Amino acid sequence: MTTETMEAPAVAAPTATPPHPLREFWGYFSANHGAVAGLVIIVAVVLVALLAPVIAPHDPNITNTALALKPPFWQEGGSIAYPLGTDPIGRDILSRLIHGARLSLLIGIAVVAISIVIGTVLGLVAGFFRGLTEIFIMRLMDIVLTLPSLLLAIVIVAVLGPGLMNAMLAVALVILPHYVRLARAAVITETSKDYVMAARVSGAGTTRLMFKEVLPNCTAPLIVQASLGISTAILDAAALGFLGLGAQPPSPEWGTMLADAREFVLRAWWVVTFPGLAILITVLAFNLLGDGLRDALDPKLKR
Amino acid sequence: MAAPPFSVLAMLRFILTRVSLIIPTFIGITLLAFFLIRLVPGDPIETLAGERGIDPARHEQLRKEYGFDKPIIVQYGIYLARVLQGDLGKSMITQEPVLNEFRALFPATVELALCAILFALIIGLPAGIIAALRRNSIFDHGVMGISLTGYSMPIFWWGLILILIFSVQFDLTPVSGRIDVLYYIEPTTGFLLIDTLLSEEEGAFWSAVQHLILPTIVLGTVPLAVIARMTRSAMLEVLGEDYIRTAKAKGLSRLRIVALHALRNALIPVVTVIGLQIGVLFTGAILTETIFSWPGVGKWLIDAIFRRDYPVLQGGALLLGVVVMGVNLLVDLAYGLINPRIRHTR
Repeated sequence: MTTETMEAPAVAAPTATPPHPLREFWGYFSANHGAVAGLVIIVAVVLVALLAPVIAPHDPNITNTALALKPPFWQEGGSIAYPLGTDPIGRDILSRLIHGARLSLLIGIAVVAISIVIGTVLGLVAGFFRGLTEIFIMRLMDIVLTLPSLLLAIVIVAVLGPGLMNAMLAVALVILPHYVRLARAAVITETSKDYVMAARVSGAGTTRLMFKEVLPNCTAPLIVQASLGISTAILDAAALGFLGLGAQPPSPEWGTMLADAREFVLRAWWVVTFPGLAILITVLAFNLLGDGLRDALDPKLKR
Repeated sequence: MAAPPFSVLAMLRFILTRVSLIIPTFIGITLLAFFLIRLVPGDPIETLAGERGIDPARHEQLRKEYGFDKPIIVQYGIYLARVLQGDLGKSMITQEPVLNEFRALFPATVELALCAILFALIIGLPAGIIAALRRNSIFDHGVMGISLTGYSMPIFWWGLILILIFSVQFDLTPVSGRIDVLYYIEPTTGFLLIDTLLSEEEGAFWSAVQHLILPTIVLGTVPLAVIARMTRSAMLEVLGEDYIRTAKAKGLSRLRIVALHALRNALIPVVTVIGLQIGVLFTGAILTETIFSWPGVGKWLIDAIFRRDYPVLQGGALLLGVVVMGVNLLVDLAYGLINPRIRHTR
């Protein structure tokens, strides 16, 4: 009896009749138009970021006071050479936005990468060793979660000093608890399953159990959270930039561009409109992708 | 509906457990605030004294007073004792006690936050309910699309765009502050909407309302999006339950089913979400207050950073953290009161 039931799924998987898991995943994912739109936008932003020096019409840092505050090309006084207009010291806004895409993606990916690595390790440790270690780690994460995220990030940056690097570290710390909690919860449900017991019985050490057996089986929620985390990271880093605590001028980071242009809001609508629109579209794309991934990867939500 | 057997003892136990759970959090927040000053590179007394420097005698006196000559654990003990007595130090700029400054500015933040959450509820709840009732309709897709956009909104930019449209283009709303400089209102309650009504000054109340509109929308946008999404999914879940089918089979009117049977149960998770949004609101208040020069604690904190007013930063962050912690506790307790299942599981 037991051998039969154990064997059945193992044989069934490779015999081609059910679709490949990736294919099945794509089937669910592509049915969600929003998610596909998000993916398309992200691919576009990535391409723009990679090709920035090639496609940007001007150097993002060249100033020219003679060209200050030129409106976008469709308005009177604008020119097609500066399609989205120029900022108060005559830099081309489109070129700055294109180069800013590099920064925003870098911020999003780096922050989530740091957070996911540290968070997963902490979560795995908490889930495996339980006891005092777990209480300590989880209480610490609760404290981080209790404080409003931006407040904590602001305080950290205020202490470490303003700058892009410190802002990224602060945001990474702020989103850390999500990954710790996810990894720990996954470990606790997974360790009670037979395959972990089997691995343990055949003599696998704790490290092997943690990283080789359990971790691959809790990647799905981590991937979803990573996509949503990138949007939070971009948004929070831009907010810090806007407050003057993140990337410093003349960096073309989108939040910093907004801070730079803020006082000109009454005279030149374009200097504030476009950088914010870039943030909104990118963040929205990652949220759409995250929602789509969750629906496609989480079997409980499949309808 | 028959009320579940009410046990005072169980209730007391529930409350005590929840209250005791915040003690480690409180200690964590104080530790964070304590080490904050010590992480700033350089001598903490010079940090606290600011850039003007300090004469050596006073330096030594302060070292003793703050206990910097003692072991770190004793220093923390001294700090904790001061905090518990409400002594959070003095602002380096104004020489006012940090707690007094916080008290003076906090009502402005609360007023804004309350208006924002009200705005979010008034629009978000009905939008979520209707979206769930008309699932997959254009309205539903519209609500979901708009709320995801709201959720992704960089609110510091949203504020500037609203200023562009309503203040610059149409000249409908003021750009910054809480009230026209024409008016001087005695702060009785600290809430300008109430104080202006009490003052009986012509036009003051209207001016306060006008100043509130844009900040309220900006701060309320993210909670609005979250509430609409949450209400929709909670309603959808409840509408699929057996007792709704029973109610339908009994021939009850649609309004009665939605209002009495579905909504009541769907609201339980929504209440938690509203509670969780309080932290988000204070975060948003920092940005919103900066954009609109709103004289609340958020702007005060940001100003403190740029003035290097470390006692204000340290004390202000601690107070905000404690406020959020307290609100979360209250929400937790209220949740236990309206939902007996929670009360009895722990």
